[in-house]
Amino acid sequence: MFWDWQFTWEILPLLAQASIITVEATILGFLIAAVFGLFFAIGRLYGPKWLSIPLTGVIEFIRSTPLLIQIFFIYYVFPEFGLSLEAMTAGVLALGIHYATYCSEVYRAGLINIPRGQWEASTALNLPTVKTFRDVIIPQAIPPVVPALGNYLVALFKDTPLLSAIAVLELMQTAKIIGSEDFRYTEPITMVGIIFLLFSLIAAGLIKLVEAWLNRRIMRL
Amino acid sequence: MSAEAAERTSAELPETAPMVRFDKVTKSYGSFVVLDQLELDIAAGEKVAIIGPSGSGKTTVLRMLMTLERINGGVIWVDGEPLTSMPRNGGLVPADPRHLRRMRGKIGMVFQHFNLFPHMTALKNCIEAPCTVLKMPKAEAEARAKDLLEMVGLGNKLNHYPAQLSGGQQQRVAIARALALRPKVMLFDEVTSALDPELVGEVLNVIRRLGAEFDLTMLMVTHQMGFAKEFADRVCFFYGGRICEQGPPDKLFGAPENDRTRQFLKAVLEAT
Repeated sequence: MFWDWQFTWEILPLLAQASIITVEATILGFLIAAVFGLFFAIGRLYGPKWLSIPLTGVIEFIRSTPLLIQIFFIYYVFPEFGLSLEAMTAGVLALGIHYATYCSEVYRAGLINIPRGQWEASTALNLPTVKTFRDVIIPQAIPPVVPALGNYLVALFKDTPLLSAIAVLELMQTAKIIGSEDFRYTEPITMVGIIFLLFSLIAAGLIKLVEAWLNRRIMRL
Repeated sequence: MSAEAAERTSAELPETAPMVRFDKVTKSYGSFVVLDQLELDIAAGEKVAIIGPSGSGKTTVLRMLMTLERINGGVIWVDGEPLTSMPRNGGLVPADPRHLRRMRGKIGMVFQHFNLFPHMTALKNCIEAPCTVLKMPKAEAEARAKDLLEMVGLGNKLNHYPAQLSGGQQQRVAIARALALRPKVMLFDEVTSALDPELVGEVLNVIRRLGAEFDLTMLMVTHQMGFAKEFADRVCFFYGGRICEQGPPDKLFGAPENDRTRQFLKAVLEAT
């Protein structure tokens, strides 16, 4: 038989458990990406030369090398320099930093679109730099780029199977293990695909909600 | 640090020092000189209107005073202290951020395009700076902001966002926002130029009220000759980066001495 329903029901709890790891890796990775991405963008745009130039180099380097290599590097090479990380930690860090570089480009677009008058008003009102960023610039820069950030959230989520390469027990790795034990790959791999599809749709819906919520709060001429 | 600048600081400013003094201030972009050795004193409480053709450097005067533009030469004095430099070891050195912030606190500015924060209500626009810059408790800042918004006739629009207000209303919020920091000097940069004609009056009325009720030194770049004539103590006509002619409005508008002033006023009158 091509598809075994009984087998499918048997492995579902295992996959459900693994999907928790996948979601965890996605959320943690995206948190790192969202926060570091913002700092990358600000450092690159407004930082002093000694910061912005090396930062640009690092960002370009990370963006133009494969995520899989970065995951391997953090997991297998960092210990050579005395930094041993658990597979999950190394994976989340690699995902987060990799996507931070993409997010930083998105934030950059949002930041450079703030009219100069907003900066000038902040200077005229004597707001300190940190407050200008926190209260004036960033709240206006982020809402327009939420859809683009959302795309990267979904992209990051779909890249989590790469963590199976360092044996993180996420969905893909679990499916592979099930497959190799029972010599049936059709059901576990198909189910993983369906779970990814479901979660992606849910994430896209959530992003739409966040967008609508932000648009209600932010009014612009 | 030039010897000349050092000399200038050691000489104390006289007791009756002007609120604002431009001392041989030069501003240029590359080889293009916007302002050439500008000398201008403005007394405390004085209301000065700056008029002139576009490109004459009049807006630059305000922007330098608000520290939005660097100056290339000379010293600007505000309330007896240098604006973008500070005395040290008998000379002047470039100001540190702390000095700049303290000096900026004496000056408020209203912009042509309002530059309100679009994600904040009228009230929030007016308490943001008092809370963070003056460290005012929120309740106090709000009470004060309400008073100011009431004064500009917007007591019923406290919780409106800028996008929900007309241009004239937005500009009045911007005036209240600048006043909330209790500046000694207020700068108005073509504040009615972006407004529909029927909204100009309400903004000018607010400025009239400020002139009557607050002890403010005011400096305004304007194209409203009628308002300048009625409101200002002195009118400065800028041309080619210099003050071409200045004097009381009656004199400057009534009997201008300079040919350029005459030409400019004639052209403006023909346009209206």
